[in-house]
Amino acid sequence: MSCVMSRALLPVLLALGLLALGAPGQAAEPNDKPMQFKSESIQLPFGSSDFPPGPGVDAVKKNCLLCHSPRMILYQPPLTKETWTNEVDKMMNVFKAPVVKEDVPAIIGYLTHLSGTAE
Amino acid sequence: MAGFLITRRTLLGASALGGLALLSRPSLARTMVDLALPGGPAEREIITDYPEKAAMVLQRTRGPLLETPFGVFDKSVFTPNDQFFVRWHWAFIPNSVDADSFELKIHGHVNQPLTVSLKELAKDFPRVELAAVNQCSGNSRGFFAPRVPGGEWGNGAMGNALWAGVRLKDVLDRAGVKAGAVQVRLSGLDQAFADAPRFIKSLDIDHARDGEVMIAYAMNGEQLPLLNGFPLRVVVPGWYSTYWIKMLNDIEVLDKPDDNFWMAKAYKIPDTPGANMKPGEADVPMVPINKIVPRSFITNLRAGDKVVVGAPVPMRGIAFGGDCGVSKVDVSTDGGKTWLPAKLGKDEGKYGFRQWQAEPTLSASGNYTLMVRCTNENGLAQPDTPNWNPGGYMRNVIESIDLVAG
Repeated sequence: MSCVMSRALLPVLLALGLLALGAPGQAAEPNDKPMQFKSESIQLPFGSSDFPPGPGVDAVKKNCLLCHSPRMILYQPPLTKETWTNEVDKMMNVFKAPVVKEDVPAIIGYLTHLSGTAE
Repeated sequence: MAGFLITRRTLLGASALGGLALLSRPSLARTMVDLALPGGPAEREIITDYPEKAAMVLQRTRGPLLETPFGVFDKSVFTPNDQFFVRWHWAFIPNSVDADSFELKIHGHVNQPLTVSLKELAKDFPRVELAAVNQCSGNSRGFFAPRVPGGEWGNGAMGNALWAGVRLKDVLDRAGVKAGAVQVRLSGLDQAFADAPRFIKSLDIDHARDGEVMIAYAMNGEQLPLLNGFPLRVVVPGWYSTYWIKMLNDIEVLDKPDDNFWMAKAYKIPDTPGANMKPGEADVPMVPINKIVPRSFITNLRAGDKVVVGAPVPMRGIAFGGDCGVSKVDVSTDGGKTWLPAKLGKDEGKYGFRQWQAEPTLSASGNYTLMVRCTNENGLAQPDTPNWNPGGYMRNVIESIDLVAG
């Protein structure tokens, strides 16, 4: 059935609702027209976001960007100092981020400042 | 669901995020979307720079988190590959995969360890097809109250595709699972940083052999985009996306439960109805996240829309039952006091999106709250109050839109 149909046609038929799908898990046997694969190669954008200035920003840039881009931090909701402390602790102890211990207070200070939740 | 309105604006060092200037391309006009996340930041860039992808909501550049713009869900019951959401835990993903030399290994507690090429997988095993929703465990996390840290998704970390591939069961049977097997551990080509835990997940052996769990090599009739897991991705129908390992190249049969970080510590939910608990509540038993719960969305109307009084208002959208099919979809125009049945579209498979439509008439001018509610075939309906848990998982509260009839 569907195995003799051109693959290029499948999305079109699906979009038009013309193709009756088989029951879930239904097998189309035998595989006389197996899937053909093309190698894939892509380049990912580097991104353009940066941290706004503030006390501790250098410590954040130095320690946090190895594993993820700034948006991961910039898009967090306002979090308390306690929550940020837990997050930094998780990054270091669970995810083994190579954060310099002496930088931790500055990092937490910046993140809390960013959230506007500093006392 | 306040606003998914896309606005085009030039950000000349202006603050998109309440005090955070987030850009270094100030002269370029950028298309932004407001995800209406309570307390913000709610604005995100719509990006078209990613290979294999059309317009996507940029949540994080590295490792990529790309959300499907919500309007896509109004167009088709199947989510196109070039707008299917992308979620990687670690930034260390290969940017090329060679189709001829790629190998899938099956080993561990088996009689005959196997190494299978893509060509062999496609030729030697029966091809199966299945429509299924792939939804991130944390889809809609950004709407949690109180907010929780994590990927701050709107509602677009989900999609429905027609998956084609082979049954995991058939591959396991070829290797011969030994007596005493407990779980099957799945891992892909992505790597973690240094000593960090690699992202790997396990399924119980009976689940892995249920004949529905699939190793997919095609998505909507095409090979998978690399960002969605080319060349092979696990499909676990009715279960959250965390188990749908991308770039699958290793299957290990275990004779004891997997205690790796991503099973034992992460992706845990309260073992309560709707994965619900109170913020700060202590001693709540936690279990690994598992089956998807029902959801439904209005896709053709937006908060603040004005509609004509006294005439039928076309409402439409998508619903899914989760681990079973959609039994019914109801709509309300009075904030949930009364409900009317919606008409269901074609059934493309119980694990997929189901389109629905309704045409209620708003008889007097004024403000209305429109709602939609899905009940699945197990009788589970969406709740009218949102759940909460510290991971921001499994949101499925009834969605609503405020609009004006006049």
